[in-house]
Amino acid sequence: MPTNILMPALSPTMTEGNLAKWLKSEGDTVEAGDVIAEIETDKATMEVEAVDEGVLGKILISEGTQAVAVNTPIAVLLEDGETANDIGEVDAAPAADIPCVPEVQDSDSVTQTSNDAEQHAGATIENRDILYAQGVIIEPPPFDEASFTDTEEVTVRVALRDAMAEEMRRDGDVYLMGEEVAEYNGAYKVSEGLLDEFGAKRVIDTPITEHGFAGLAVGSAMNGLKPIVEFMTWNFGMQAIDHIINSAGKTLYMAGGQLGCPIVFRGPNGAASRVGAQHSQCYASWYAHVPGLHVLAPWSAADAKGLMKAAIRDPNPVVFLENEMLYGEKFDVPTDEDFVIPIGRAKIERSGADVTIVAYSIMVGKALEAAKALEAEGIDAEVINLRTIRPLDRFTILESVKKTNRIVSVEESWPFSGIGAEIAALIGEHAFDYLDAPLARVCAKDVPLPYAANLEALALPQTEHIVNAAKKVCYAD
Amino acid sequence: MAKSKTKKPAKSKAASNSASNPSIDEMKELYREMLLIRRFEEKAGQLYGMGLIGGFCHLYIGQEAVVTGINSVQQKQDTVVTSYRDHAHMLACGMDPKGIMAELTGRVTGYSRGKGGSMHMFSKEENFFGGHGIVGASSSIGTGLGFAHKYKKDNGVAIAYGGDGASNQGQVAECYNMAALWDLPILYVIENNQYGMGTSVSRSSAGSLYKRGEGYGIPGEQVDGMDVFTVQAAARQALDYVRSGNGPYILEVMTYRYRGHSMSDPAKYRSKDEVNTFKNDRDPIAMIKGMMVDGGMAEDDIKVIDKEIKEIVAEAATFAQESPEPDAHELWTDVLVEVDA
Ligand SMILES: Cc1ncc(C[n+]2csc(CCOP(=O)(O)OP(=O)(O)O)c2C)c(N)n1
Ligand SMILES: [Mg+2]
Repeated sequence: MPTNILMPALSPTMTEGNLAKWLKSEGDTVEAGDVIAEIETDKATMEVEAVDEGVLGKILISEGTQAVAVNTPIAVLLEDGETANDIGEVDAAPAADIPCVPEVQDSDSVTQTSNDAEQHAGATIENRDILYAQGVIIEPPPFDEASFTDTEEVTVRVALRDAMAEEMRRDGDVYLMGEEVAEYNGAYKVSEGLLDEFGAKRVIDTPITEHGFAGLAVGSAMNGLKPIVEFMTWNFGMQAIDHIINSAGKTLYMAGGQLGCPIVFRGPNGAASRVGAQHSQCYASWYAHVPGLHVLAPWSAADAKGLMKAAIRDPNPVVFLENEMLYGEKFDVPTDEDFVIPIGRAKIERSGADVTIVAYSIMVGKALEAAKALEAEGIDAEVINLRTIRPLDRFTILESVKKTNRIVSVEESWPFSGIGAEIAALIGEHAFDYLDAPLARVCAKDVPLPYAANLEALALPQTEHIVNAAKKVCYAD
Repeated sequence: MAKSKTKKPAKSKAASNSASNPSIDEMKELYREMLLIRRFEEKAGQLYGMGLIGGFCHLYIGQEAVVTGINSVQQKQDTVVTSYRDHAHMLACGMDPKGIMAELTGRVTGYSRGKGGSMHMFSKEENFFGGHGIVGASSSIGTGLGFAHKYKKDNGVAIAYGGDGASNQGQVAECYNMAALWDLPILYVIENNQYGMGTSVSRSSAGSLYKRGEGYGIPGEQVDGMDVFTVQAAARQALDYVRSGNGPYILEVMTYRYRGHSMSDPAKYRSKDEVNTFKNDRDPIAMIKGMMVDGGMAEDDIKVIDKEIKEIVAEAATFAQESPEPDAHELWTDVLVEVDA
């Protein structure tokens, strides 16, 4: 069958070009690799090589033609034994454009609801963010947390360690890598005892080379392993941000779904105590910006355990944001090894009728303190612990706001393009009519974190800021 | 050294020793500088223990000969950059102990007005460019300082200090390449104190650190960093080489930190014996003091210096405790340079 030679795209941005010159004439024999024509793009003159061999049966676009669209047939190549008579009608139209965005259902959001449970729950859905992009706000995945009745009191540090140990026992492909994780037992002692139990093959001390070992871990994940990469703190994870985003976050998509990257990047995030600007920042919104990553941020030890197990079992790359200030805090944690908190489900830590306070990580504790203070002033606050930053449990937030009609978002990071800004957009898009007051954000001050004790306290969100913001949206200030 | 177009072959050499005959005055100067660093650091450790200094605080005790030896042969226009273990480098550069200590306590009279802390101080006046918390950063920033020296043709050399652990960061290799490619006037000083936090060099680093430039044509040398004269002699030669337009040089200085990595490190990864060997047999300050006594200096004359240093440090500590915290409005200043519209 005669084959069409198409106008080639010779740069990523080229949509059309001029056919400057034919170097072969009709009837010439062509070998694969022969230069058959010259094409001018807006940037350069390029040669067009034949991909197949045969005889140039017919030239469809003559020399000197301007603005020939990419993919337009420009000539016909005949195979052995074929003649020009075999050439039928040639469809000169280029291939149709493929839309680059999914069809959006309609501009009103669709909220899928069931109504009896205190916190709604739908099915486990693969990609909630895509549904949201299409205007669907879906219920969070189901989770019967109350059924885990046997608990023990442990610190966040131990909960994280236990989660890793249990998953490492369960799956021989899980390993831990990072600076000081093995012999030193972790710079913050989170990996205490893991080297003893699992040995140096699975608990690995690295040189101080974050970019290198993060990339190495990604490669090993592509090749079948399930790495947990500890960054001594997330500040140092910045050295590796390229691999987290470009190598881990995009692989599944770039590979058309063939291979993904089951990996957990974890470590303490946010401010510690007076360690200055370069060692104190919150990366939640940085990573939450990226499609292809899951971003988790536990507050309690139960969160830490249940989310860490979910992260390790997740076939996707997970950014796991811990908090150094919480490592030593104790909470009740279910002892059941199947206590795995679903990714994408927030927790209502305290239900209330007057105002919704949304927080994550260390700020959940402050929000609960604020709720107590507000109670004394007759304001009944509902506190939502996000647990997962991405995919955000939009459903739970919206349902709460529809009930309380007022919302305060709380985070330790900067306001600009922060998680609070995302929540504000959500509320603006989907709950505008329910609001009785504009949303309020409580964030870190918009400055690098200062070292001086007094300035540091001023820079970070405190309980009283949350109380004040809640009173403000309740018009009680 | 004569200005030569032909570079030395990139041969690296291990532990050279210098035969120099320092005068009593030279010895006194170096002793004074090292003692200031030691007493300052001891005081910082003490104030940390009292809760007056917060966050991380990385002491330089044991490593005094490194920065002192190099600084003694630097020129005024040379620039310096280092990591978070930076108090000594600032003192050596001639920065005021009062301003450094006040930064450690987070007071407005500190070099960064209390906003930087132990790891982040700068002095344009003394050509000191920080104080950086991210391991490996000083190599790249130092390479840029060198780039500017060459650009401005100011005959300056950039001196970038970094640790043994830092040598493994990718950006260090990237900078070696650029510095060699563009003949930048930069001296890379690897302060090999044998550990990066709890990880010994043998567990973190393949090959020899001073040879890491060989592939790029950068000569490297390993010297004893417990002997200030050895450091001085090596630095003199290295700085000459770099200043003459030959491009970068790597000086690996073998040293030891007596304290933990930072105040919170119990340093259980090494034996007491190991630490004591350095403290008792190799201490750079004890060594030079011995030389001064051997050279005929009276103990009483040495005590005069000791007393003077003690007073400087005590004064700095008082200043650092009595200075006020920054005013609340300082929270909002210095984020960006204010430009009139
Ligand atoms: C990119 C980065 N990773 C990790 C850390 C945490 N950290 C601080 S100091 C240090 C050890 C550095 O050792 P070395 O370079 O030998 O310098 P030394 O502390 O011995 O002076 C580590 C891992 C950091 N500050 N930056
Ligand atoms: Mg070191």
